[in-house]
Amino acid sequence: MESASLKRSDFIRLTGALGAGLGLALTMPVDAQTPSGVFEPNVWVRIAPDETITVMLSKSEMGQGVIQGMPTILVDELDASLDRVRTDFAPPEVRYIDPILGDQVTGGSTSVNGAWMPLRQAGATARAMLVAAAAKQWGVDAAQCTTRLGTVYHQASNRSATYGSLAIAAAAQPVPTKVPLKTPDKFTFIGKPRQRPDIPLKVNGSAQFGIDVRLPGMVYAAIARSPVFGGRVKSFDARKAKAVAGVTNVVKISNGVAVVAKNTWAAFQGKNALKIVWDEGPNAKVNSAQLFSIAEHLASTRKNERVAISRGNPDTAAGIVLSATYRGPFLAHATMEPMNTTADVRNGRCEIWSPTQVQRRAQAAAAKGSGVPLEQCTIHTTFLGGGFGRRLEADYVQEAAEVSAAIQAPVKVMWTREDDIQGDFYRSMSVDVVRGVVADGGLIELSHQVVSRSWLRRWYPPLFKNGIDTLDLTEVLDVPYAVPNFRVSYIDFEHGIPVGSWRAPNANWHGFVTESFIDEAAHAAHKDPVAFRLALLKKNPRAGGVLRLAAEKAGWGRKQIGIAQGVAVTFWAGSYAAIVADVSMKGGMPKVHRVVAAVDCGTIVNPDVIVQQAQGAANFGLSAALTGKITIAKGRVEQSNFYDYTVLHMADAPSIEVHIVPSNAAPTGVGEICTPPIAPAVGNAIFALTGKRIRTLPFSDAVN
Amino acid sequence: MPLLWVVRDELGLTGTKFGCGVAACGACTMHIDGEATRTCVLPVSAAAGKKVRTIESLSKDNSHPVQRAWIAEQVPQCGYCQSGQIMAATALLRKEPHPTDAQIDEAMTNICRCGTYDRIRSAIHRAAKEV
Repeated sequence: MESASLKRSDFIRLTGALGAGLGLALTMPVDAQTPSGVFEPNVWVRIAPDETITVMLSKSEMGQGVIQGMPTILVDELDASLDRVRTDFAPPEVRYIDPILGDQVTGGSTSVNGAWMPLRQAGATARAMLVAAAAKQWGVDAAQCTTRLGTVYHQASNRSATYGSLAIAAAAQPVPTKVPLKTPDKFTFIGKPRQRPDIPLKVNGSAQFGIDVRLPGMVYAAIARSPVFGGRVKSFDARKAKAVAGVTNVVKISNGVAVVAKNTWAAFQGKNALKIVWDEGPNAKVNSAQLFSIAEHLASTRKNERVAISRGNPDTAAGIVLSATYRGPFLAHATMEPMNTTADVRNGRCEIWSPTQVQRRAQAAAAKGSGVPLEQCTIHTTFLGGGFGRRLEADYVQEAAEVSAAIQAPVKVMWTREDDIQGDFYRSMSVDVVRGVVADGGLIELSHQVVSRSWLRRWYPPLFKNGIDTLDLTEVLDVPYAVPNFRVSYIDFEHGIPVGSWRAPNANWHGFVTESFIDEAAHAAHKDPVAFRLALLKKNPRAGGVLRLAAEKAGWGRKQIGIAQGVAVTFWAGSYAAIVADVSMKGGMPKVHRVVAAVDCGTIVNPDVIVQQAQGAANFGLSAALTGKITIAKGRVEQSNFYDYTVLHMADAPSIEVHIVPSNAAPTGVGEICTPPIAPAVGNAIFALTGKRIRTLPFSDAVN
Repeated sequence: MPLLWVVRDELGLTGTKFGCGVAACGACTMHIDGEATRTCVLPVSAAAGKKVRTIESLSKDNSHPVQRAWIAEQVPQCGYCQSGQIMAATALLRKEPHPTDAQIDEAMTNICRCGTYDRIRSAIHRAAKEV
């Protein structure tokens, strides 16, 4: 059936030219030795004479564990010890471009998938060169040599040499273009649980996030940005701001007014003391209730509607017709670490320290903000205190470069939480109109119309083709179900509120629609929701597999007093997941007691990280589903901090069990996949408990 | 100036974090005379004469039982909230050496956007066994 089941990687894969170029770059002979005797056969790994192995990370560490997973892949093929490994975050550089995403970007759950072969080849190539060097030194056939955990052995003559001792000799070896890779049965580290190397730093406060960067002579800045989206500074009075103790300057920059001070607190206080007259711009009357009305009107009039796929005869199938309109809210990212960047623009150079998910875009933003040529802009990536897609935007890098350029000093630009909640790139509101036909106990038609604002249209226009944003149609276009009459259409609604990518975009909303609607169809057909789905998944054994596993482990079908179960299935970035949630109602709100997740993400690199990500992504989705809502009035976000943009706390967090399907398929992503299915699993449980079908989120709005 | 910024900016101890500025998230939690305290709104004068301990004070080598439990359970993901979580957990265990889940729910109101709550809970139970 899979004509509608488009892989996400297909949505965002560039033409082959770039991929081929990347391949060439990895296999071209390189000068494999630095002057200090370090063996550096490619951009991914360096081996020093003191046995230290440095693995370059092309991805940002925002909690998803790349700092553990990516070195593991390389070091396994290298056949060295993970205990000798240190990592560096890579600078912006074309050779670190992700082959799936076409840029040096951390996102889309692509890290392990995209780097799987490059890292394995890099490690295997380095190993081959080390073996060749040893064989040459010993005058033996390289094929008679073995390696184990950082040492080359020639058993026949009882000789061995460590990788560090071979570094210089290895660097003189030709770089082989084709090296065999391990079969899975030979993996030393891949597939086994292992502690993450960043965790010891994160339990004692020593891990350096962007907010922690300190430089000699550094000052601090806070920026007043337009409270109305699209507004501009008309005039400002800085006298009271400058009178705040510790404030040193006030400068106007492209997106607002920056107050510079000797410490963060003075910068915040100075910002509060600014008097600014804003030209509020074109969005000053926008409010979210009105946006929903407009979206519904666009849906019914089909204005500028584009059909993404049409299969069979939608609108003509006969049976029980179901139709529903689902409404999804704006959401903020609310990373624990608010946005910030440290910039040092002096002497024709621009140096940036930032928690960024986009090194090359950050470099371009730094150049734009500072006026310094791109090649003179350096990006240092710190740990990220959460990303979730917010840090795919380089706005907070550009503004820091502007401030530093204006004052000719190193400066850390700090965002308050209010800045962060009100200056986000939001998960867009959405109106989804769904129609289905149930016949003979199955779903024979599914039509899904989406009215939402495209992110790719702004962020990566080449992928916004024919008025369709396929990223905004995940869990719509790529549903795993075999439905013979199938149509998906899209209306891009330019509502004026900035939108961005929010963990599992936008399956994080559309998955709620699809999996709630499939549930509606199951009930209309008088079928068990798991059995109904399984019948539609006969041609998708991986989706069927996770559903069966989750249902089995959750004890699907057992009776619990006051608790009902709901189920949802998701496909994301090549992986499959199913969630069963056990839910009761308490004080008008759902209380989620237990979540059972089944995940199929291909080859397991570190099962413990998979469990972490499944739990974290589910909780992230649950937080939004319960209370997440950003509303707009007079062109401004009404929420400002955690007391009115409420998020999940310990007391409401369910226990989450994760079961991983064993697989030898190439590894696919796991950082996002459990976010889409949690809301519909809970909504479906609420229906089972109360008979009330919820078609909007958050539940705090819907249930009362 | 709030104690948080004195410690971070003036003293250069950056282990304690800023998350909200309104004492809603707990990222700024330190111990003041042994009590878990949110310091982003606490004027430094209010700490005068009191013993202030930050995350950096727990051990030189991650040997504190709560740190060891956090490592054993592999709690942190992004890690930004975890200094505050650990300080809150440490204070809880001092008051309640063997806390129930309900006591954990009530005491541990720090926000974690990565959703590590299951493992925070497990780590607290693990540390409780050791203390």
